[in-house]
Amino acid sequence: MLAALVGFLGDFDLAEEAAQEAFAIAAERWPREGAPANPGAWLVATARNRAVDHIRRRRTLAVKTKLLEVAEAVEDEIAQDTFRDERLELIFTCCHPALSLDAQVALTLRALGGLQTGEIARAFLVPEPTMAQRLVRAKRKIRRAGIPFRIPPAHLLPDRLTAVLAVVYLIFNEGYDGRRELLGAQAIRLGVSLAELMPDEPEVFGLLALMLLHDSRRAARLRDGELVLLADQDRSLWDRAQIRAGNEALERALALRGEGPYVLQAAIASLHAEDSSDWPQIASLYAELLRMTGSPVVALNGAVARAEAEGPEAGLAAIERLELEDYHYLHATRADFLRRLGRSDEARIAYARALELVRSEPERRFLQRRLAAL
Amino acid sequence: MNYMLQIYSGDGVSSWESLSEEEQNAVMAEYGAIFQTPGVTGGAQLQDATTATTVRVQDGRTLTTDGPFPETKEALGGYYLLEADDLDTAIELAARIPAARMGGAIEVRPLVER
Repeated sequence: MLAALVGFLGDFDLAEEAAQEAFAIAAERWPREGAPANPGAWLVATARNRAVDHIRRRRTLAVKTKLLEVAEAVEDEIAQDTFRDERLELIFTCCHPALSLDAQVALTLRALGGLQTGEIARAFLVPEPTMAQRLVRAKRKIRRAGIPFRIPPAHLLPDRLTAVLAVVYLIFNEGYDGRRELLGAQAIRLGVSLAELMPDEPEVFGLLALMLLHDSRRAARLRDGELVLLADQDRSLWDRAQIRAGNEALERALALRGEGPYVLQAAIASLHAEDSSDWPQIASLYAELLRMTGSPVVALNGAVARAEAEGPEAGLAAIERLELEDYHYLHATRADFLRRLGRSDEARIAYARALELVRSEPERRFLQRRLAAL
Repeated sequence: MNYMLQIYSGDGVSSWESLSEEEQNAVMAEYGAIFQTPGVTGGAQLQDATTATTVRVQDGRTLTTDGPFPETKEALGGYYLLEADDLDTAIELAARIPAARMGGAIEVRPLVER
């Protein structure tokens, strides 16, 4: 509903105020008079009326705004029965490249996720006034700089869709311990919406599949607060329904001839969800992903797969020239390869470096245990 | 909506000098073509930063200093004024400006409407 209003008004704050007023009127009237036949349409029409009233009042200050022109133009034919679902327009607006990434994430969670400012602030460990200010500035920029409310035209769509998917994936991966569930669920909901709204985009299904498959293992990743590696996880804790849903999304992506990075990552995640991981297949998918993205993190993950398929020497060779000095997983991975080759002194150095860089407590304790066991 | 597209040459100055006269003429022609684009309502190239003078007024006195406004590390090289429906249109025009691909940058800002 918010999407429909923002589209009509081009102004987030006004849309929110108007929506709240409409709900308040409904809460007061419907118990007495009974709910209307189409409550959604009634709410939108009522909210639009309230917004137009607001604009009229502001108009007496002789402020000429685009808002007013739009409002007047449509006022004459406010539809009573249907309103267009403009969530897609809204998500592309929230993720416009003229906004900072922080702002894109916050705005997407606020406008599409319906999260309160305080919830978003806590999820990112940012003081609430800071988050509120971030949202205010972003909305102001949308209005003042003329960021259009629309699905981008065909020649802009590929880049813009990539940006939207990146924001959703960031939301899925971000959030500190304790808040991760909230954000993970939000990201998946956004992914589901995107899949509904863009049913012919393979990477949308790829991302959705990837998130569902990762999320399906959430309950098994920690045991009493301690990290559990994939191979050691209690598979009865895997969410089979999510795995099924993830695989369905992946099939849809493949049926749409998807071969982009999210589809590839989802394919890898899907292989991991099988009873025994097909490491050679996984390694070759990583190789393809590396060719596509050139990402050193992908190369690192690929090296892990190669080590499983061909032995730790192959893994070591694959990570030799990676420029990931400040990435603790590089050193942790190297340490693990060295450990498996019996090269304990070198492994110790690598674990120490990883411990300098690691940030999550369960991961820190895991590395310490590995180091102690050498 | 109206926008000013401010053109900063950045590192582009040296790459300009390394162009042949023919190539330079081609680039100038691009600037000219952009100036002729529907929606572009104004524009100019500015003379270089050494010709600039900065003016401030303090306690009723006019203070004049040689050179561009010191806070900006970059010197403004030129600008276009554009009337457009939305920011995406302005961004697309900005991307056509040669300085953008020659090591410089374009700042796109809406004008205050009165």
